Amino acid sequence: MSQLTYSQVDRDIIRAMEAPGWRYYAVLIADLIVLAWGAYAWRYQVVHGLGVTGLTHPVMWAIYITDFVFWVGIAHSGTLISAILYLFRVRWRASIYRTAEAVTVFALFTAGLFPIIHLGRPWVFYWLFPYPQFGGLWVNFRSPLVWDVFAVMTYMIISMLFFFTGLVPDMAVVRNRTSGWRQKIYAFMAQGWQGTDRQWRHYKAAYVFLAALATPLVISVHSVVSWDFAQSIVAGWHSTIFAPYFVAGAIHSGLAMVITLLIPLRRIYRLDAYITQQHLENLAKLIILTGLIVGYAYAVETYIAWYSNNVPEWQRFTYQVTGEYAIPFWIMILFNSLVPLLFFVKRIRTSTPWLLAIAILINIGMWMERFVIIVTGLAHEYDPYSWGPYYPRWVDISITLGSFAWFFLWFLLFIRFLPVISIVEVKEELPPPMRRQNGGE
Amino acid sequence: MAESKVASSFNGVVGSFRYLDSLLAAIEQLRQAGYRELQALSPVPHHAIEEAIEKPPSPVRYFTLAGCLLGAVTGLTLTIATSLYYPLITGGKPIVSIPPFLVIVFELTILLGGLLTLGGMLFNARLPKVNIGPAYNPRFSEDQFGLWVRCEQKDHETVVTMLRNAGAEEIVPAGQG
Repeated sequence: MSQLTYSQVDRDIIRAMEAPGWRYYAVLIADLIVLAWGAYAWRYQVVHGLGVTGLTHPVMWAIYITDFVFWVGIAHSGTLISAILYLFRVRWRASIYRTAEAVTVFALFTAGLFPIIHLGRPWVFYWLFPYPQFGGLWVNFRSPLVWDVFAVMTYMIISMLFFFTGLVPDMAVVRNRTSGWRQKIYAFMAQGWQGTDRQWRHYKAAYVFLAALATPLVISVHSVVSWDFAQSIVAGWHSTIFAPYFVAGAIHSGLAMVITLLIPLRRIYRLDAYITQQHLENLAKLIILTGLIVGYAYAVETYIAWYSNNVPEWQRFTYQVTGEYAIPFWIMILFNSLVPLLFFVKRIRTSTPWLLAIAILINIGMWMERFVIIVTGLAHEYDPYSWGPYYPRWVDISITLGSFAWFFLWFLLFIRFLPVISIVEVKEELPPPMRRQNGGE
Repeated sequence: MAESKVASSFNGVVGSFRYLDSLLAAIEQLRQAGYRELQALSPVPHHAIEEAIEKPPSPVRYFTLAGCLLGAVTGLTLTIATSLYYPLITGGKPIVSIPPFLVIVFELTILLGGLLTLGGMLFNARLPKVNIGPAYNPRFSEDQFGLWVRCEQKDHETVVTMLRNAGAEEIVPAGQG
């Protein structure tokens, strides 16, 4: 990367925003078809009621809450890469953080839909917010579900602030290189940025504070999501390990999603000079770490189920391992905690096909993990007379597929209209142009 | 905007530099000669520029602090006041149960802290700016550095000479309107 010059960086990154070929539009249309199908399924559910889904007693939280937890989790790696690694001055984050941050914002757009989709009357979703209403009824601040509303909304707003603040200086570069109505839009997003020392001084100060605020926030968000479960007395949910377990799992799945998206992006837009094999390898190393934490959490859960000598706990555990959901359970163990160990082998973590394949397996495994935790907990609670399985129907499955299409729609628009790599941060990593070559910095 | 008003009633010059060290040399020489009102324009932030220009640290941090405190107070007020207003006992817990409320307090601390940080940045950096000042050249966002010097008409020639000696490639008068 050090052979690049400032204007070369501008050219290369803005080139990726030029008119795309037919393949882009083909993917976009396919995506819109899936999204339309998902929207139709949601309409069908709203018209006919939640009974058209597989949700029934005792499993009243199933695939929609799985999707919610999954997408909130996907969001987490973006903040890890953009904020936490920024505070630690990790230099390699420069060329991948924009994409990771975009994943955060779009994953939260997707996650935010599911609590609303899960409502019987989605048009009164605003009852979740505390506001002085006619009946004088206020929300219960002791409920983790209300904490969740605050946590996820805060996370969404702060992530968007962080994303758009980071874009401002880049938008000035794009503004100067476009014309017509596009220039007007980019000029608006650039907010009149000129790059004066005064602007940089305040911008850098604000950026570091936003990163410092986002860091504890990201830890809190998935902890709060985990408390939606852990605060209840359902066997298998009521566990103190849930918060760190969910946070590690969230980052695990998010890193896998970032790898899944970066590899095709790098290939299609020929960004090899910016997103190097080293970046992907570093992400793979982080996956080893999160994979080990997730594996440890699985082991602790198993051990505690046995050691607690608690009958419902052990019952539920054996049900999880051998019952109707044994296949998703073993997929989760295999894909999340065992397959990522292959990254210990340097040849595997430096091979693009292996990276992509393992990242996709982790995505599948992490979705299964959320499904297994939620559904087995409810399907096998304390009293045998109230046991019962959950099977998704076409509506649940279509809406889930639609949510993937919704996420990818935002991502496709992002790579078309915004610089996928931070122009300014890549330039910051380059040696500045000096008249005296050995003059030092 | 306040700054553009200042700019329109004032005479100055803008030099553009291809190299960072030329810019730094120009800043140093001009400051030594007594020109204190300088503004550097650069495609990337750089500590060396900040050090050469010597401006006080950004006050954005006070905005962040104020936002965080405001958020914490808002969170406490919202949860305690609304629970007292609608005193429904659930789970045998006290009406004002602080530990669960701290989650809301924390989230609002971060939320308002973040919003005021952004507000503080926009306020201090005088953004959004509708009219981009005459000192700006698009290349200052690409690969060149700019230096805007406030000076009287009589010092114009001196400043131009100093900028040129330091290595400015293009020097234009700015700030006329």
